[in-house]
Amino acid sequence: MGQTIIEKIIARNIGAASVKPGDIVTVNVDRVMLDDIMMPFIVNKFQEMGFKEVWDPDKVVLIYDHLVPASQQDDTRHYRIGDEFAARHGLTHVHRSDGICHQLMTEAGYVKPGDVVFGTDSHTTTYGCVGAFSTGIGYTEMAAILGTGQLWVKVPETIRVVIDGTLPEGVMSKDIILRLIGDLGADGATYRALEFGGQTVEQMSIASRMTMANMAIEAGAKCAAFIPDEKTAQYCGIQLSGFQAGLRGDADASYVKTLTYRAEDFLPVMACPSQVDKIRNVSELAGTVIDQVFIGSCTNGRLEDLQAAAAVLKGKQVAPFVKLIVTPASRKVYLEALECGALQTLMDAGAIITHPGCGLCCGRTGGILCDGERVVATNNRNFLGRMGTSKVEIYLASPVTAAACAVAGKIVDGVQV
Amino acid sequence: MGKIFKFHNDLDTDQIIASQYLLLPTIEEMKVHTFESLDPEFPQKAVPGDFVVGGENFGCGSSREQAPAVLKALGIQAVVAKSFARIFYRNAINIGLPVIVCKDLPDAVESGDEMELSLTDGVAKAGGKEFVCTKLPEYMQQILSQGGLIASLNKEVQ
Repeated sequence: MGQTIIEKIIARNIGAASVKPGDIVTVNVDRVMLDDIMMPFIVNKFQEMGFKEVWDPDKVVLIYDHLVPASQQDDTRHYRIGDEFAARHGLTHVHRSDGICHQLMTEAGYVKPGDVVFGTDSHTTTYGCVGAFSTGIGYTEMAAILGTGQLWVKVPETIRVVIDGTLPEGVMSKDIILRLIGDLGADGATYRALEFGGQTVEQMSIASRMTMANMAIEAGAKCAAFIPDEKTAQYCGIQLSGFQAGLRGDADASYVKTLTYRAEDFLPVMACPSQVDKIRNVSELAGTVIDQVFIGSCTNGRLEDLQAAAAVLKGKQVAPFVKLIVTPASRKVYLEALECGALQTLMDAGAIITHPGCGLCCGRTGGILCDGERVVATNNRNFLGRMGTSKVEIYLASPVTAAACAVAGKIVDGVQV
Repeated sequence: MGKIFKFHNDLDTDQIIASQYLLLPTIEEMKVHTFESLDPEFPQKAVPGDFVVGGENFGCGSSREQAPAVLKALGIQAVVAKSFARIFYRNAINIGLPVIVCKDLPDAVESGDEMELSLTDGVAKAGGKEFVCTKLPEYMQQILSQGGLIASLNKEVQ
């Protein structure tokens, strides 16, 4: 019987010839990501469990991103608790202002194809972009991993998504994943893995794959998986081992279902307030007046996203009543966007560029909205109250669509601007 | 016996406890903001032993363990829903908050109805009717009966 990508990763991790969906196994963790918001609770539980030492400090990455820079007095308490824990346990992978956790985990090379990774954030599914098995957990389970290096998991069933062909102009991988979430529903992949394949996916950059893996959780998925290829190897700065190169679903692997798409059929879409699976074509929403546009986050704050937005905004001006807020996903992305001129173009068009971090996406800082306002945003959630008060309307879209809306001051199809 | 507070499908953890309150130092301080966007009076109205009833995909979204933790801190006896999001489900069991899957009950009850639940039998009673729920696996029942993962691990070590 063949195996899916996730089954192969888990089987190798536990030293078994194969595993099947539903098996409950204990995995050895290759890497964990701890974020600033959860840090006090993780430390508290770690102590409550009576652990004295971290199982392997080299496998632990601590990232301050939700609260950087501080916007409220309590924020700095979280840094202090994190710093104390890092010093006491000899953690060396600590990022205090380098960017958003999921961007850094892949960009800084902490995650490799075939790894088993957990993080205290639901968008930990992102690392499926390089063919890792990664998912989000709570602070109690994270504390248990820090003490033992292990966690029990149920081997998930896998849904296969195959996309062939070439995407139309102005359509990005964000439009694919939004459409897929709409088709599956917000719980359509709950407890399951989403495995992506097909020519369109093969042609995609790692950044575009990252956007899709990031949002797999919005369909409820436990994890996402892309086949590691030459682009992956280059991105991770490695040569693929035999095991890593073999991380593809076997022809006779068992999938719970397979969804097949033609790339040419995708259109620019949006997730409408306040459900991630309420997907509409942008053309159906055209004319809706907006107050703000946000381009950034672990979903769409990478260089190619900023460049795509800059291409739309070049030589144009953001509508006078619209605030365009751009947040590069990391310091590295920020510098690259500076060097290639994308930031200059965005600034010339009237954008506000902020420091890398999670601020606006998680509703903490840097452009919070209030009652009656409407925002087009490239992040991953449009839940009630997510980016301000509970009477803010959030429309999720691709960077191309978002940039076009910023110019028009209303919802508009990116290709038409 | 406890009364029911009923919520909609795809209820996300941002609604249970919003991100701006995650920085409060303790769950006790956080719990007064539970369900603030949907029912600001909830923390005053709910008394220990009450139930939260949801639809499909209860607890979707963020991995914040504070969401089940504030419900437990308010004394919510159990959450009964048609289905749960994965991370919420694990977190709830780990902190000792019973989460029960029941396909028929949510549509048959309203907020304010009285309800009774037997975890061991997997049966809920409300409005004079009995509802058969999915029984929790023994391993999880054991974690719950001991008050969560930490209590249960400590007991194992002893």
